[in-house]
Amino acid sequence: MTTSEIEQLAKKEYKYGFVTEIESETFPPGLNEDVIRAISAKKDEPQWLLDWRLKAFAVWQKMDEPHHWPQLKYKPTGYQDISYYSSPKKKDGPKSLEEVDPKLLETYEKLGIPLGERARLAGVAVDAVFDSVSVVTTFKETLKKAGVIFCPISEAVRDYPELVQKYLGSVVPHSDNFFAALNSAVFTDGSFVYIPKGVRCPMELSTYFRINEASTGQFERTLIVAEESSYVSYLEGCTAPMRDENQLHAAVVELVALDDAKIKYSTVQNWYPGDEEGKGGIYNFVTKRGKCAGRNSHISWTQVETGSAVTWKYPSCILQGDGSVGEFYSVALTNNYQQADTGTKMVHIGKNTKSTIISKGISAGKGQNTYRGLVKVMKGAENSRNYTQCDSLLIGDRCGAHTFPYIDVRNTSSTVEHEASTSKIAEDQMFYVQQRGLDMENAVSLIVNGFCKDVFRELPMEFAVEATKLLAVSLEGSVG
Amino acid sequence: MLEIKDLHATVNGKAILKGLNLSIGPGEVHCIMGPNGSGKSTLSQVLAGRDAYEITQGSVTFRGKDLLEQEPHERAGEGLFLAFQYPVEIPGVSGNQFLRAALNAVRQYRGQDELDAAQMMKVFRERAKQVKIELASLKRSVNEGFSGGEKKRNEMLQMAILEPHLAVLDEVDSGLDIDALKIVSDAVNAMRTTERSFLLITHYQRLLNHIVPDHIHVLVDGQIVKSGGKELALELEEKGYAWVEEHTKSVAG
Repeated sequence: MTTSEIEQLAKKEYKYGFVTEIESETFPPGLNEDVIRAISAKKDEPQWLLDWRLKAFAVWQKMDEPHHWPQLKYKPTGYQDISYYSSPKKKDGPKSLEEVDPKLLETYEKLGIPLGERARLAGVAVDAVFDSVSVVTTFKETLKKAGVIFCPISEAVRDYPELVQKYLGSVVPHSDNFFAALNSAVFTDGSFVYIPKGVRCPMELSTYFRINEASTGQFERTLIVAEESSYVSYLEGCTAPMRDENQLHAAVVELVALDDAKIKYSTVQNWYPGDEEGKGGIYNFVTKRGKCAGRNSHISWTQVETGSAVTWKYPSCILQGDGSVGEFYSVALTNNYQQADTGTKMVHIGKNTKSTIISKGISAGKGQNTYRGLVKVMKGAENSRNYTQCDSLLIGDRCGAHTFPYIDVRNTSSTVEHEASTSKIAEDQMFYVQQRGLDMENAVSLIVNGFCKDVFRELPMEFAVEATKLLAVSLEGSVG
Repeated sequence: MLEIKDLHATVNGKAILKGLNLSIGPGEVHCIMGPNGSGKSTLSQVLAGRDAYEITQGSVTFRGKDLLEQEPHERAGEGLFLAFQYPVEIPGVSGNQFLRAALNAVRQYRGQDELDAAQMMKVFRERAKQVKIELASLKRSVNEGFSGGEKKRNEMLQMAILEPHLAVLDEVDSGLDIDALKIVSDAVNAMRTTERSFLLITHYQRLLNHIVPDHIHVLVDGQIVKSGGKELALELEEKGYAWVEEHTKSVAG
């Protein structure tokens, strides 16, 4: 198999590219204080939240978009040209699944997201966010019995204001960075999860994000709080229609784990990546950070990033509690003209803290894939350990892989290990697999899956299967 | 089964096979011997469809179809198996996963139903028993960290599970100690039927102490210069390849 043949295995249709014809209420493009007031009013928010938004907006206006350090080239977003709020038209929020617009249910059915009967069978509770608002959350009652709160964040602001006020911005402050500040000013929806002390959440929780409307941005905000000795596994998935213009997605996710709590957060990101010529696609600028606030707490990020034209994302852990554990498992695939600059930050503050980073970058077509990671061990973080492994796989000879590890250790009792490798799918591997009966696409997919195994085994079972399939679809046409 | 006529092949513009003829019938075991650089391994790679080789002349028919028209995976589907001289590592893919994918791909090609995990396991156990090779290696990543002997045993296990019509064994004896050689040879002998054919490619006669071929061919400079029965191997062992080469030159001269 020649290189040019290998390169063709990535030209499959994006199957989630359809648009749902639904009446929406969409704000005119533009961003100013009045728009923020209008969003806040739409959601009937308390004064403290509006004030917080305005504070963030004031900071954002003075900030510059980070153009210099990321390994990304893109046309800047016209922040006054997009709309900051879009919602499917309805009078009141749906009380149950039966009240949800059938067109929306159909949309999620097409996307393979179980909201109705299938959700019950799958045993996954789902919050579905369509453009700027949450349209339905399943299993609320079952979860309520266990004491678990799982609802749209706008609803949490109304029903559990003390909790939201206590934790919102406690991990990612309103002034954290350009995109986080923008999100803080204009965030519309997202999920809120609260697991009380000693409770193991009885099912997987999942939020499904969908951008539908043209010329809108999606700015969701997710907040997960796990009280002492609790456990939750949470998964998010994302898709968007195929459009010629780029669309902005700037989310913030905050996790808080108290003593002995564990949060497992998995992402399967499949936003529209743009076409073969690099036209269109989602700009994905996301700030995700978890705070291991308690002793022996544990936060684990697993991400499978196959979509978006541009990805800028560094799910991080602040290991504050003694003995806390942070993990980051990542598969990032860039094909055609996709670019990803992704990685993590592990900040060791408490004693005996431990972090593991496993990053697998796959580049095909003209894709550019960058791992950027920081491991920082503070003076007081005695006897801490980090292990980092960054592997890059190149498919074809027009793509790129880059690795930027930053290591900062301020005591002498800690250990930091870093391993990195870059390889190509070897012609002899392909031939061997094909000789056993697999065609070219299946051979590439098998080899790439093997490359990603250390990450996939961290995903919940049913999503691992999905991720495997998604990878195969994303690679189609990169060989041919 | 296999009909090779006047086959010419080049790699990077250099002629390696220069008019090779070979006919293998069902159930026959043929052995190609020859000095280094005579084109033995090229022949196996060309039969399996490796890209790097260009066929400049000749034809190959396998089970009534034009083999040279087929993609490598189609050749596997048609029942051609190549045991590699240097089996390739596939990190992160377990032997089980690999063989399940391979067997189902081959079955699909042949219009047979795919097997589920339980059915698959049953087939694996039966086949492993037949060739007396443990299945334990299938839990590990394909060939990763395997010793030379383990790799060759693993090739035999794959062959047993995929049940080809024609197995081409490329230097399957290279780098094996006598015990490993015996295991590999026993596996081949256990797989012999009146229908299944084998093409052994080797440099040394010692493999033929364990697997007795029906026909032996001597390959020199891209052509078969001498064919005979199993006794030819002993003669070669005694007199060396130089004898055949000399012989050929005198014939040509």
